[in-house]
Amino acid sequence: MREFFSFIVGALFCFSVLAQPEAVAPEYESRYYSLLKELRCLVCQNQTIAESDAGLAKDLRGEVKTMLYAGATDSEIIEFMVSRYGDFVLYRPPLKPTTWLLWFGPFILLAIGLLALARVLKRQKNIGSSPLTEEEQAKVKSILGRTEE
Amino acid sequence: MSKYFLPVILFFILASFLFVGLYRDPTTVSSPLIGKPVPQFSLPRLQDPEAVVSERDFHGKVVLLNVWASWCLACRDEHPILTEMAHHKVVPIYGLNYKDDRADALRYLADFGNPFVANAVDFSGRVGIEWGVYGVPETFVVDKAGIIRYKHIGAITQKDADEKLLPLVRQLQSEAP
Repeated sequence: MREFFSFIVGALFCFSVLAQPEAVAPEYESRYYSLLKELRCLVCQNQTIAESDAGLAKDLRGEVKTMLYAGATDSEIIEFMVSRYGDFVLYRPPLKPTTWLLWFGPFILLAIGLLALARVLKRQKNIGSSPLTEEEQAKVKSILGRTEE
Repeated sequence: MSKYFLPVILFFILASFLFVGLYRDPTTVSSPLIGKPVPQFSLPRLQDPEAVVSERDFHGKVVLLNVWASWCLACRDEHPILTEMAHHKVVPIYGLNYKDDRADALRYLADFGNPFVANAVDFSGRVGIEWGVYGVPETFVVDKAGIIRYKHIGAITQKDADEKLLPLVRQLQSEAP
């Protein structure tokens, strides 16, 4: 009975992690939600501040709302967050020398893979393309003949 | 032999990256505020709500700003280390009492001792955002010119204090203002 009860309590907590962003005036709504989706919650790092129910995420949502109402542009709000929390607060890392490897690394790996594939295919194509010499044909015959016996 | 050379090299490169990754703490995010002047703030004092604590109080000295709360369990781990520092008057420690209840905070200090020169009450967490606070406890080292020089995230261990914070504080104290 007790286990059942704690299971129910645990299940309730599972659902409570879905955050409820505060309502904003309709004219700010679309900008508000798109900004929330750009910003990472630093406490639960794989969630945006739109999704997270952490206290910090709630505070940052409030901050975005306050700045919007005060007339800040989207880039001003993003800049403010980056100046306080660093690039990590952005869900899409900015393109700059320190992140080149992050952005282009996968394409470099893809290029290496394609090159390797091309080399293997070329090698396979070369096999059998040149006719056998007489000596080789004789060898083939002798081997085949041997297995048939 | 040479056929296996390249894959083996690649394997070791990958393995070394993963090995280093094992010992890195992904929850520690370096602060962009390091090397920048302290954010301005003006907050009521914990012990005396009529009085004000602001970054101007740090003027001309090396200080620690410790972000803490009575609800924060890791703060209790580092508290004896802060108390020890305060006892030896190594460096003035200011507190930023983060999203806390005043009565709880005062009781916490009464129970565990008060290492702080002064405590600023950040009830809403607004000043915490200015300082880029995301996990309590956090400790900032501020130099004589009011520049943030270091940020420690999480509870300070004796090792952190001996190897990082105290040497840095001494070095900064010896610098000309």
